[in-house]
Amino acid sequence: MIAIPPPFDLLPTLWRGVGVTVQLTLFGSALAFGVALIIGFGRLSRFRLIRLLATVYMELFRGTTLLVQLFWAYFVLPHFGVEFTEMQIGVLVLGLNYGAYGSEIVRGSILAVPNTQIEAGIALNMSPWQIMRRIILPQALLMMLPPFGNLLIELLKGTALVSMITLADLTFQGTLMRVSTLRSLEIFSLVLIIYFLLAYPLTLALRLFERKMAEGRS
Amino acid sequence: MLWNWDYALSILPSLLEALQVTIYATIMGFAFALIFGLLLAFGRRSKIRVLSLISGAFVEFIRSTPLLAQLFFIFYALPQLPYVGISLSPLTAGILGLGIHYSTYLSEVYRAGIDAVPRGQWEAAIALNFSKGRTWLNIILPQAIPPIVPVLGNYLIGMFKDTPMLSAVTVVELLLTARIIGTHSFRFIEPFTMVGILFLVLSYISSLGVQWLEYRLNSRT
Amino acid sequence: MVRFHRVSKSFGDLEVLRDINLEIAPSEIVAIIGSSGSGKTTLVRMLMTLEKPTSGTIEVDGELLWHKKENGRLVPADEKHLRKVRSKVGMVFQQFNLFPHMKILRNVTEAPIHVLGLSREEAEQEAISMLEKVGLGDKLDAYPSQLSGGQQQRVAIARALVMHPKVMLFDEVTSALDPELVGEVLQVLKEIAAEGKTTMLIVTHEMDFAREVADRIVFIDGGRILEEGPPEQLFGNPRNQRTREFLSRFRRTI
Repeated sequence: MIAIPPPFDLLPTLWRGVGVTVQLTLFGSALAFGVALIIGFGRLSRFRLIRLLATVYMELFRGTTLLVQLFWAYFVLPHFGVEFTEMQIGVLVLGLNYGAYGSEIVRGSILAVPNTQIEAGIALNMSPWQIMRRIILPQALLMMLPPFGNLLIELLKGTALVSMITLADLTFQGTLMRVSTLRSLEIFSLVLIIYFLLAYPLTLALRLFERKMAEGRS
Repeated sequence: MLWNWDYALSILPSLLEALQVTIYATIMGFAFALIFGLLLAFGRRSKIRVLSLISGAFVEFIRSTPLLAQLFFIFYALPQLPYVGISLSPLTAGILGLGIHYSTYLSEVYRAGIDAVPRGQWEAAIALNFSKGRTWLNIILPQAIPPIVPVLGNYLIGMFKDTPMLSAVTVVELLLTARIIGTHSFRFIEPFTMVGILFLVLSYISSLGVQWLEYRLNSRT
Repeated sequence: MVRFHRVSKSFGDLEVLRDINLEIAPSEIVAIIGSSGSGKTTLVRMLMTLEKPTSGTIEVDGELLWHKKENGRLVPADEKHLRKVRSKVGMVFQQFNLFPHMKILRNVTEAPIHVLGLSREEAEQEAISMLEKVGLGDKLDAYPSQLSGGQQQRVAIARALVMHPKVMLFDEVTSALDPELVGEVLQVLKEIAAEGKTTMLIVTHEMDFAREVADRIVFIDGGRILEEGPPEQLFGNPRNQRTREFLSRFRRTI
């Protein structure tokens, strides 16, 4: 076997963490999207109680901060007899937390569809459900995409926090190797570069999409 | 019962003391971000191409990588940098990390604020023969900054909520204090729940403050 | 066909319409004129169920719109009843309100398919012939944003017509258009009027058009009907002092 020259000899170990980071991002954002839709619609509900519950959820999960929630799930939940794997905790907390932020996007986009569109639907005698499904949602979903893209990038960056509950993601592999090799400069330079390579293509794709959308409108 | 009130009360003073560290780090980090963010915004607008390219690349890179990994870099990797390597105390490293990370977001906010000042204001400044510095100081920034104050406020709250990450580089702030207390007493429910509540209450009150600011700004125009 | 009986409407403390009584016969064409803020738009919006009257009743084709009779008493209408009566009314808006995410053809077929339950083929066939009638047979695959204001408004008219309402409401349909585009839209309105099948209620500032096309003119001012009558009488020899002022002010500004 050929020895890989430094600093690239560190890559195979770090690579194992990348898999965990990508998994967390995918599952976490899927859960976050679902939560965002439920809470976002909940905050627009006709029923006061549902609106209240959704708002409390949003404020609670945005206010108590991601890392505290991770610690709470990791250290406190077992006392209630609830046992999750670190991976499950990571996905769950990321999804619930970023879903709370996403609910604002859902709510904002739906409210951003002009009232006159609803009136046009009424004038064509559509049912409230038809107006939501055929007129408001298609327009709102398109508006949601760019901010959800930004949230996805934030979530990808947020996955680094799971290293604090010993889930072996990219950052965790970095801290492990720092202890064993003390080559901090090489390790964390590589870690940052890998995160950049994961996140930046998303940023570029998002900008391309936004430009396309702006063209489509004019 | 799982929750022990006596225990909760007994650890409250330690938590409140640690909260001071958290708040100190937030204020210092945000002050740094306010200044450095403005410099980055100027850098990106600069006519010197190298400067604007470097500022732009810096902003893109920092925004695309996690704060936590940046903190590790500053605390552990920076001392190993040849010639310029320096060791920082945990708190200094934490403040620097928060400040640099948020300065890249604030630079975008400044940029939006500056772009929103009408072209005619620049032209009027030229017509009145203001110097470049005077134009910025007396004409542009006084118009660019007030509208973005609520956005800056939201980033301040965001930074406050990111401070628990400083515990990763051994800053004894709120979360690490709670964790130490928990480890000693084998009770995690009270300390972590109380930390969560402290963050919730403080950030909620601050966000009401920002909303009030926004309302004031909107009603002024 | 349409009957307003003692209808009033307030927004909070502001009373915009007061004790309106108005009857419109089948296939009659009524133009409503008056200065902005007089309440004329609110009148047609109530008929389209976009605003709820504060008091009074509205009937369409012999059926109460906002109420229904239960054991001889009037109770507020539910969604089901509203939708039933609403199917007799169609509306064209000042700002067109086309659906920006749908192509022109789909804008026109969406409601016939999902509200009337037509098959796609039937709906498209009729939509195409209606779009051809308003002169837009070549724009089926365009998006609303690619059309001029006048073209968009003609699509909006086609979209309302394919629902075959008995009463069509036109709310200042040329007010948002550039002057050179007004003519093409008014032309379409004249053609619909000439067919004589539809009852039309037209809120407009185009006095010459109103005079030419309407059977009756209604002048609304300060939330009340001040004068109504055939065009020749109302324009030629208005009885009310306020009507005279309004008409002379209008001639001057145009």
